Amino acid sequence: MSTGNMNLTLKVWRQKNNKTAGALVDYKLAEISPDMSFLEMFDVLNEQLINKGEEPVVFDHDCREGICGMCSMFINGRPHGPKDLVTTCQLHMRSFKDGDTIVVEPWRAAAFPVVKDLTVDRSAFDRVIAAGGFISVNTGNAQDANNLPIPKMQADAAFEAAACIGCGACVATCKNASAMLFVSAKISQLALLPQGQPERYRRVQSMVAQMDAEGFGNCTNTGACEAECPKGISLENIARMNRDFASAKFISEETV
Amino acid sequence: MSDINSNIPEGELTNKWTKFKSSVALVNPSNKRSIEVIIVGSGLAGASAAATLAEMGYKVKCFCFQDSPRRAHSIAAQGGINAAKNYQNDGDSTYRLFYDTIKGGDYRAREANVHRLAEVSANIIDQCVAQGVPLAREYGGLLDNRSFGGTQVQRTFYAAGQTGQQLLLGAYSALERQIGMGKVEMYTRHEMLEVVKIDGKARGIIARNLITGEIERHFGHAVVLGTGGYGNVFYLSTNAMGSNVTAAWKAHKQGAYFANPCYTQIHPTCIPVSGDHQSKLTLMSESLRNDGRIWVPKKKDDNRKASEIPEDERDYYLERRYPAFGNLVPRDVASRAAKERCDAGYGVGTSKLAVYLDFKANTERYGKIEASKAGIHNPDKETCMRLGTAVVKEKYGNLFDMYAQITGENPYETPMRIYPAVHYTMGGLWVDYNLMTSVPGLYCTGEANFSDHGANRLGASALMQGLADGYFVLPYTIGAYLSKEISVKAIPTDHPAFVEAEERAVGILNTLINIKGTKSVDHFHKRLGHIMWEKCGMARNAEGLNQAIAEIRALRAEFWSDVRVPGTADELNTELEKAGRVADFIELGELMCIDALDRNESCGGHFREEYQTEEGEALRDDVNYAYVAAWEFKEGVNFELHKEELKFENIKVAQRSYK
Repeated sequence: MSTGNMNLTLKVWRQKNNKTAGALVDYKLAEISPDMSFLEMFDVLNEQLINKGEEPVVFDHDCREGICGMCSMFINGRPHGPKDLVTTCQLHMRSFKDGDTIVVEPWRAAAFPVVKDLTVDRSAFDRVIAAGGFISVNTGNAQDANNLPIPKMQADAAFEAAACIGCGACVATCKNASAMLFVSAKISQLALLPQGQPERYRRVQSMVAQMDAEGFGNCTNTGACEAECPKGISLENIARMNRDFASAKFISEETV
Repeated sequence: MSDINSNIPEGELTNKWTKFKSSVALVNPSNKRSIEVIIVGSGLAGASAAATLAEMGYKVKCFCFQDSPRRAHSIAAQGGINAAKNYQNDGDSTYRLFYDTIKGGDYRAREANVHRLAEVSANIIDQCVAQGVPLAREYGGLLDNRSFGGTQVQRTFYAAGQTGQQLLLGAYSALERQIGMGKVEMYTRHEMLEVVKIDGKARGIIARNLITGEIERHFGHAVVLGTGGYGNVFYLSTNAMGSNVTAAWKAHKQGAYFANPCYTQIHPTCIPVSGDHQSKLTLMSESLRNDGRIWVPKKKDDNRKASEIPEDERDYYLERRYPAFGNLVPRDVASRAAKERCDAGYGVGTSKLAVYLDFKANTERYGKIEASKAGIHNPDKETCMRLGTAVVKEKYGNLFDMYAQITGENPYETPMRIYPAVHYTMGGLWVDYNLMTSVPGLYCTGEANFSDHGANRLGASALMQGLADGYFVLPYTIGAYLSKEISVKAIPTDHPAFVEAEERAVGILNTLINIKGTKSVDHFHKRLGHIMWEKCGMARNAEGLNQAIAEIRALRAEFWSDVRVPGTADELNTELEKAGRVADFIELGELMCIDALDRNESCGGHFREEYQTEEGEALRDDVNYAYVAAWEFKEGVNFELHKEELKFENIKVAQRSYK
């Protein structure tokens, strides 16, 4: 089996909790296999720390197949590391070289406070969804699914927006810590579908208000979010959200 | 033979559910407002139930260990969700979905539950579309379907290779809506550590706030566990790293029977293990078997590249052995066939523990169709492959990308290497027709219960069952219980039962911290996984199972004397979380082996080598084993067997054949 031959230096952010200050701590790793995922490399580090009687590095992760959105490492200055369209758990060590020094930090944003080490609190995202990221249809109220044909192009566009995994890389990479890519992806998914029309303008107002209340920054169109999004969510969604938000002021009779 | 009552309503199979729904006792709206329901788990089964019960007016508390309910592992389901819509006009019906599921489950599921599942399947699709779930559509704007294993109709609805994600985000949005309205109190990063029982009824839980380590007491008139499967008992599986059996196991220790624990689904198409560092296995969706052909070389130990092996030297062994279903045989059959070829020396790749999944033939076929649409007659092979690749990319792009990312190989050019891996557990807490466990007031939904898939689950049926339970079954059946509880006032959590349950939970945490041994939690988990995979995996025999039981007992003793858990219990401590889960997995592992040893037959995912036909197919024993094995926990990690007889009144039980 493949024990590898890569030697690495890690500089990892260690912080006991949200009340204490943190710092980068150096660790040496040897015999890393290029077939390991980035998180498996962290498993090796943690096993090493536990065997030495130290506390392991705490980091968020769960599915390890790139879909749950839980993993969240800021690697060498980029969320989810050097590869495009890949989450940290799907990043493999073959993307690094023997002898590399790798700096690993948590997501940094006022709205995502550090919980411990590399783990942050992203519950602000849930509160934005709770403010309007849904269609108000109770269980049992639905008509036959095929009674509402939806053009394939439109359904596909909604799906592309819906592919967001809510990891927060867009916020972490934005110099303003703006959440507009995340928020606009959900708004777009529902705005593109006929089912989403009745609440379309109410939704955009509620979600944007909650986004602001959470302390996320504004968008200055640098496009870093789109470039770093592991799921390729498009900036067009932000344009659509802005359009709907502006329209809401004229079209909607409701002010939320 | 049964010594437990499954509470199946009387009457014709096709009328049972309708009659039940229209006669079940109701709870009036003003009473609902004072009835509290605890839901543990926020996957398809938990989130859908939490949202629906809150919509109905109950006071709901929902718990998940992740940082958001949207992360539950339902999110990773790829291929699709079955529903008997018959949109393809290919002869599908409620009965056929019912029949396929019973047969696919190797005649070890309860008829009444499965028929109900088939009945509500169509409602699920309607509900999800109404929520804005972007399921795949055809150009006419109508919903598209694909085929899955074990069926001869196209009834699987999908959203690219991310169906679970889209369905979960639908349920999550419904849940968040109720949270926003204040009707559900959500507790993220909380882990349930105990069930609280008062006068024999489930009345709440003890949960640990994973951030602060605080132990909390929560009251509920009823408790629902939608906590998923226990595949991680094998260490390596397609489950998420955090997926665990702890909630279900604590319930088991408080009197909930655990049913058919040995029924494990080994999924045939996963990316093979690459080294000792491996922390989890990744599934390649069963939908790939629609268009991929599975083969190995005809020659033993053939070390040529796939592209160098000519057509007539390839053994398409599924098509050869099962001409009627070919590559679309059920999962248990496909997995065993792959193991058989590899064990016989025909495996591929460096480990020789892999077979090929090859898309070339179908890519070319799609290319021809596309060429024809574009008016290109007699297209050359290169054109066909180019056009066909675009079609394959649209259908399975994310899966192909994931494969390339993990293996470093390009699956558009060389066939994928795949091998079976632990994926799903059909066993789980025993529930009656109402989804209530053997503890009154304690319910169990989704993968965590045992109810609908018998000894083998068909592809695209897990999403169906999770949402059926949460949206359409539990919200009705729980009323039968809660309607009798309306006079019960919320019980204060200083009640002795809460105190005692909290002491049990805290005792375990403190013990784990204070062992201060020499080996990490993962060390023990890996060893447990190894025992389980070797001796209670794809094939089992009495000798191996007896050895496994002895080895697991020894491992348990070693764990409790030598595990090392750094840090303290009053902070975020991921090692402590894992330690508690592995402690429960070790006990469960033993029960799985005991159950596998007790079931002297082969059925579905349970393959006992002593019981097979001459052709190597599973050999059931319907005279002696047509029952659900429901195990009761006894002091000192002992187990007592109870049997629920399975009666097949609407289906003729037969040797399963996919030939």
